[in-house]
Amino acid sequence: MHSKTDTRLMQGNEACAEGAIAAGMRFFAGYPITPSTEIAEELAALLPKVGGKFLQMEDEIASISAVIGASLTGAKSMTATSGPGFSLKQESIGFAAIAEIPCVIVNVMRAGPSTGVPTAPSQADVMQARWGTHGDHPVVVLCPTSVAETYTLIVEAFNISERWRIPVIFLMDEVIAHMREKVTIPDSSQLRIVDRARPTCKPEDYLPFDADAGDGVVPPMADFGTGYRYHLTGLTHDKTGFPTGKRPEVDTLIRRLYSKMDKAKQEVTFVDEVLIEDADVAVFAYGITARAGAKAVRDARAEGISAGLVRTKTLWPFPDEHVERIASTVRAIVVPEMNMGQLVHEVERASKGKTKVVSLTRVDAEPISPDEILSALKEV
Amino acid sequence: MAKPITYYLRKDKMPHIWCEGCGHGIVLGAVLRAIDSLELDKNNVCVVSGIGCASRAPGYLDFDTLHTTHGRALAFATGIKMMKPKLNVIVLAGDGDLAAIGGNHLIHAARRNINLTTVCFNNSIYGMTSGQYSPMTPTGKMATTAPYGHIEEPFDLCDLVFAAGASFVGRGATYHARPLSRLIAKAISTDGFAFVEAISQCPTYFGRRNKMRNALAMLDWQKEHAVTTKAASKLSPEELADKFVIGELGTRTRPEYTKRYEDIIAAAAKETDDNV
Repeated sequence: MHSKTDTRLMQGNEACAEGAIAAGMRFFAGYPITPSTEIAEELAALLPKVGGKFLQMEDEIASISAVIGASLTGAKSMTATSGPGFSLKQESIGFAAIAEIPCVIVNVMRAGPSTGVPTAPSQADVMQARWGTHGDHPVVVLCPTSVAETYTLIVEAFNISERWRIPVIFLMDEVIAHMREKVTIPDSSQLRIVDRARPTCKPEDYLPFDADAGDGVVPPMADFGTGYRYHLTGLTHDKTGFPTGKRPEVDTLIRRLYSKMDKAKQEVTFVDEVLIEDADVAVFAYGITARAGAKAVRDARAEGISAGLVRTKTLWPFPDEHVERIASTVRAIVVPEMNMGQLVHEVERASKGKTKVVSLTRVDAEPISPDEILSALKEV
Repeated sequence: MAKPITYYLRKDKMPHIWCEGCGHGIVLGAVLRAIDSLELDKNNVCVVSGIGCASRAPGYLDFDTLHTTHGRALAFATGIKMMKPKLNVIVLAGDGDLAAIGGNHLIHAARRNINLTTVCFNNSIYGMTSGQYSPMTPTGKMATTAPYGHIEEPFDLCDLVFAAGASFVGRGATYHARPLSRLIAKAISTDGFAFVEAISQCPTYFGRRNKMRNALAMLDWQKEHAVTTKAASKLSPEELADKFVIGELGTRTRPEYTKRYEDIIAAAAKETDDNV
C-alpha cells in the first residue's frame, strides 16, 4: 500500500497491523483483549480501504475459526489476541495444523496465568505457543525485538505460513506492542511476498493432500469455490482428504507434517549474532529482553568483559545449530526471560553440555533491565 | 427432480456411518433435493459442519466440504462467506453441536444476519458418543447421562434463532420429508441468515431408551405429534403442549451482513479519496 518509503513514529501493534496488510492479509477476525486490541482497531479502519474485511466476532474461538474459513477461500488471514484468548484458540490452531491451513495468530504476551496482570509484559507463553494445542504438530513461532522489526517480521510470518501451509504464531511482548518507535516503512517493491502454491491439475485429478503434486512435503491448496470440490477434516486423513484410521496412513501424515519443518528450518530461522566472534560469555534473548541484552553487552564490553549477544527472532523451530556452535566457543550463556525459565531449557538441550547455561528470570510484570543482565554477565 | 440424487453424492464414500433407522439420511436427501430444485451449480455450494453424527454428512457430498471442530461450523462458515459471498454456504449440524457447544455462534450468526443456511439435524441426543442428553432432549426422557430421567427443559431453537435476528426460521421432520425439502429450499433462497430445524430420529440411542424401539415407532411419534402452522393456529396452548409445529415459523426482511460490509468498504474508500 506504500508507494515509497515512509518514516513514521509507530506503535508496535500498529506496525503489526500495517505489516500484515503489506504482506497481503485481507481478512482479520478478532475479539477485544488487552494488550492486543489496537491491532483490531487499526485493521477495522485499514482493511476496508484495501477491499479487505474485518470482523469482531462473538469470542476468541469464533475469531480463529472464521480466519481458517477465510483462508480456505484463498485470502491471507489473521487473528490477534493475548494470553487468555490465546488459550481459547488452541483447539482451532490444531485444526489449522492438521488441515494445513495457512494463517497467522498474533499473541501479545501479558503476565499470567489466567487473567494475571493484563496490562503488564511477560514472555511466559513461549511453551504454549509451541505446544498449546493437543497432539503432535509443527508450528513456527516468531518474536520481534522492535517496532520496525514487527513490520517486516509479520510479512515473513505470512510468507512462511503460505509457503509451508502451517499456522504461524507471532509472539509479541506487551512492551514491543505498546512502545512507539521510528519505523522506516519499506517500499512495497522491496518486500518479498509469498503466496501459497495452488493446484495446476484438472479438478478431477486433484488430491488435496498429495505432497508429491507439490514439492514433496507441501501439497498445493485449491481455493474453495474454484471447482476443485474437495473435502477437509480435522480427522486424520489420507491423500484424498478423507478420514483414515489405517495405521501406516496415520503415521505418514504426522511424519510428513514434521518433515515440512525439517525442510523449512533454515528458511524460517532468523537469528542475529552481535559481537559473538570473540565473545567469552553470551546473552541469549528474544523480544524486548534482547534489547536489554544488547545494552548489557555494550556495557560489559566497556568494563572489559568480552560479551556477545544471540538475538533470536525464531523461537520455534528452536535454532539448535546456532546455540550448539556458540556453546562450544563461550564460557557461559546467560538466558534472561520474563518468565520462570522456559526457553532456557532449549538452550541447555542445544548446548549439549558444552557450556554453562544460566537462567535469569523476572516475573514481577516488569521488563528485565540491562543492569540485571550485566550483573549476571559479571557473575558467571 | 431434474437430476438424480446421486449427482450430488460422492458415491465412493458410501456406505455412510449412520446406524440402521437413523433419520439423518432423510434430512440429507431433503437438503440435496432443495439444492436441486434451485438448480445451484455444484461449484458454488460449500457445506460446512462441526462434530457429531450429522456433521459427517458433508463428506458424502460433491461440493467444497469442510468438517471442522465441535460447535464452530458457523464461525468457519462466516469466514468463507465473508471472503466469497457468491458461494451458497450451508451449515449442517446436530443439536448438540449447534445448541450446546456452538450456541453462541448460532445466535450471533443470526444477529448479524449473514447469508448462511443452517440445517439442524435434531435427534434430541448425542449419538456419536452413544446417547447423552443434549439441550434438545425433552424433559423426562432417558439418556446415558440422565439415567433417572432428564430434568432440564429443551430450547425452542426456532424461537431462539428468530429472536436473535434471523431472516427465516422453520421446522420440518423426517416423516414429512417433502415439506422439509421445500422449507430448506426457501431457507437457501433467503437473503440473510436462515435456519431450519429438522426433527430426526435416533432409534439406536434415543428410541430404545425411551420406549420407541425402532425407526418406525419414532416416525409414528412424529406423525402423531407434528402440527402444521395452519392447524396450530386453531389449537389452544394446552392442545399444543405435547405437539411440535412444522412449517415456516418466522420470516422478516433485514439487511444482509456481507452486503452491509460493502457499505463499509465504500465508506472507507470515500474517506481515502477525501484525504487525498
